[in-house]
This record gives sequence, C-alpha cells and structure tokens, in this order.
Amino acid sequence: MNGAQDLGGQMGFGAIELEENEPNFHGKWEERAFAITLAMGATGSWTLDTSRFARESLPPAIYLGTSYYEIWTRGLEKLCLQAGLFSEDELASGHKIQPPSPVKRVLQAKDVAATLAKGGPVDRPETAPAAFKVGDRIRTKVMHPEGHTRLPRYARGCEGVIEAVHGVHVFPDTNARGDGEQPTWLYGVAFKGTNVWGPDSDPKVSLSLDLWEPYLDRL
Amino acid sequence: MSSHDHDHSHDHNHSELSPIELRVRALETLLTEKGYVDPPALDELIETYETKIGPKNGARVVARAWSDPAYRDRLMSDATAAIAEFGFTGRQGEHMVAVENTPDTHNMVVCTLCSCYPWTVLGLPPVWYKSAPYRSRAVRDPSGVLTEFGVRLPEKTGIRVWDSTAEVRYLVIPMRPEGTEGWSEDQLAELVTRDSMIGTGLALSPQALEAAR
Repeated sequence: MNGAQDLGGQMGFGAIELEENEPNFHGKWEERAFAITLAMGATGSWTLDTSRFARESLPPAIYLGTSYYEIWTRGLEKLCLQAGLFSEDELASGHKIQPPSPVKRVLQAKDVAATLAKGGPVDRPETAPAAFKVGDRIRTKVMHPEGHTRLPRYARGCEGVIEAVHGVHVFPDTNARGDGEQPTWLYGVAFKGTNVWGPDSDPKVSLSLDLWEPYLDRL
Repeated sequence: MSSHDHDHSHDHNHSELSPIELRVRALETLLTEKGYVDPPALDELIETYETKIGPKNGARVVARAWSDPAYRDRLMSDATAAIAEFGFTGRQGEHMVAVENTPDTHNMVVCTLCSCYPWTVLGLPPVWYKSAPYRSRAVRDPSGVLTEFGVRLPEKTGIRVWDSTAEVRYLVIPMRPEGTEGWSEDQLAELVTRDSMIGTGLALSPQALEAAR
C-alpha cells in the first residue's frame, strides 16, 4: 500500500539523528514491546507479511509520529484483535475477561535459543522455471495495490537488469492478505540511479532491490 | 520519529508511567493472563539480544574474510552457509548475501519499507536505521547520507544501495584498512564497526582504533 512506510525518496525529514553508544532499548518498555512481539510471532497466529501490513496500515500520522517500538506495539494490538486472541474490551481493561483462544504454540524460555537459531526461512521448492536469467533487462510494473507489496513506489516503472536469481520465495503480496504463500521467483534487480531518480540525479548511484517475478516485465 | 530516551528501568509509581509505558504494560499483562506468552521466555529473548547477538558476530565474519581467502570465497558465493560456520543462523538472517566494498564500489544497506536488518550478524538495528530521515534519503541521496556519517569516498567510487525489500539480508564487507598486515583475526575484528557493515561507515584505521582506546 502507498502508506507512510513507503519512505524511499520522500523529502523533508531532516538530518539523521545519530546517538553515540546507542543501547538496544531505550527504557524497559521497549524491551517488553520487543519481547512480546517476538513471542507472539512464535504463536503462529499470523505471518511475517501480515505483521508488516498491520504496521504499515497504521494511520500515517501515527506511523511517522511514533518510535519504532510503539509502531510494533500498535501493530501487535491490531494483529491480536484480528486473530481473535483478545477483545477490544480486554485490551481496554488490560486484563483477561474471556477464556483464551487456542494458539499453535507458546514459546518457552528453554526453546528461545533454538527457535531463534532456526528462524523462518521463506525459500520454497521450485514448481515452475524462472522467467528471467541474470543479464535480462526488465521494467518494473506500475501498480498501486491497496494491500501489502514489497515493490516500493520509487522503483515502479523503472528499467533495470536481473543481477541475481535468489530462488523461489514466499510472495508477500498474497501471504499478507491470507491468500497463501504462492511462492514465486525472487530476483536481485540492479537499477542505474538515473533510471530511478532522473537524469539530473547523481550518476555514481546504483540501486539493488529484491523483487518477485510478478513485479517485473521483460524489456 | 520521536525517540523515547528516558530510562525508566527503576521502579515507578503507576501514575508516573508514560502513555506508551502503560500501553505496553497492559498488553503484556493481558497476553500473560491469556497464557499466550511465558514471562521467562520474554526475559530470555531480551537477554539474548542484549548479550549474545550483536555486531561482534559480524565483525568476526568480516575479519575472517579479510584473513582467509578461501573463507572469503565461500562467503561471497553462499553467505548463509559461510556465516553459519560460526553458528550464526536463524531469525532475520535466514538468507544472507555479503557485498564487498572495493575501490570502485561502496555498498550501503537500507530498508525503505520497514526495518529489515541482518540480526544474526549485527543484532538489532539502531534507531536511525529505522527512522524516516535515513530510510527516505539513503536510496536517493546516499552520498549526502554518507557525508552526515562523516564518510568521504574517493571521487571515482560509485555507490550501490541495497534496499532490503525481501527476506534476503545484506552484510557489507568493508575494505581492509592499510597497515594491518599480519594482524590476527581477533585484532582485525576490533576494526570492524557496526556502521562499516551497514555501509554508513568504513572500517577503523589502526590509528583510529588506537585513538578510540
């Protein structure tokens, strides 16, 4: 979606704020927000792509006006409500009113290391040959889906070259909306900066994006 | 984005908590009462990223790539497997690619759409990496961004920006500083900063390391 999260190329946000010896967490609440987000992800109640959409579909003023762990917190509330894990009344009260819904698993302390080390690979077996090979010229599609997509606005309608074939990966656009993984070929695509930002942009810049086959047309 | 940089690690009366602190506390309480989360597991998750997983992991990978040409080749052809030789595997590092800086090309990594970052080798991303100023500008004006980080590249060096739009995670292999011939992997690793592995910095020179001590 063309939400506030799609920041590439936007202007006016000012200088990058750097912090010397920055801690992982700025206060206890960030630790807790981080941990409950990961632990709830481990319950298997939604996919990674669904969780990204929950965050990016927050109102733009909220998305841009809050810190990242607050975005995670608000996203997690939304995901739990959507999955029926608690009700609005329970969220408002901060306490259990109804019995819990079943979840696939509850992450235990003894399993944390193994769960993190395993991760969640998204490569899948090939079911069809790749449409493109390294060196092929492509143009990215012009599209403005209201749902989740990983083709940023700034890179739509741009000419590029296939630079890597990463294999078949879960397709976020369908997976985020509950239409299944629909795995498809993922490519590393290289763009000249001037093909993305125009002829008066810095000629020394080039860009690489990882893009799925449905985002690309052959040139 | 505003940052909440007050340290509330000591005990507070309920009334002194900020709205977001209250919000997170309520959510955690509810999830715990429902039995969806196990409090010791939450502590373990925090502890893991505070003490076990961080940019020291990535620095070891880079130092070995600098020291061992065969390892460097494995890293460039299959980074996931080469990094797994250290036992660094899993969440937010499932599909790794290493990109190597050269005199001709400087690599820089961003996630314009969210905050994708190679956790297995760098730990959790700093606030600036997740912030609108960096995410908006890194792809359009990487040179200006590098200037803000105090990095000046030679005139002939091109800049390649990697926007992490899929689950592939990028580790920048900075150039090995001059004057480090014969250094051990452990010594070399001290030169490898987090920012040098994102591409918003360079590896420290031996002089800079000495000055930092």
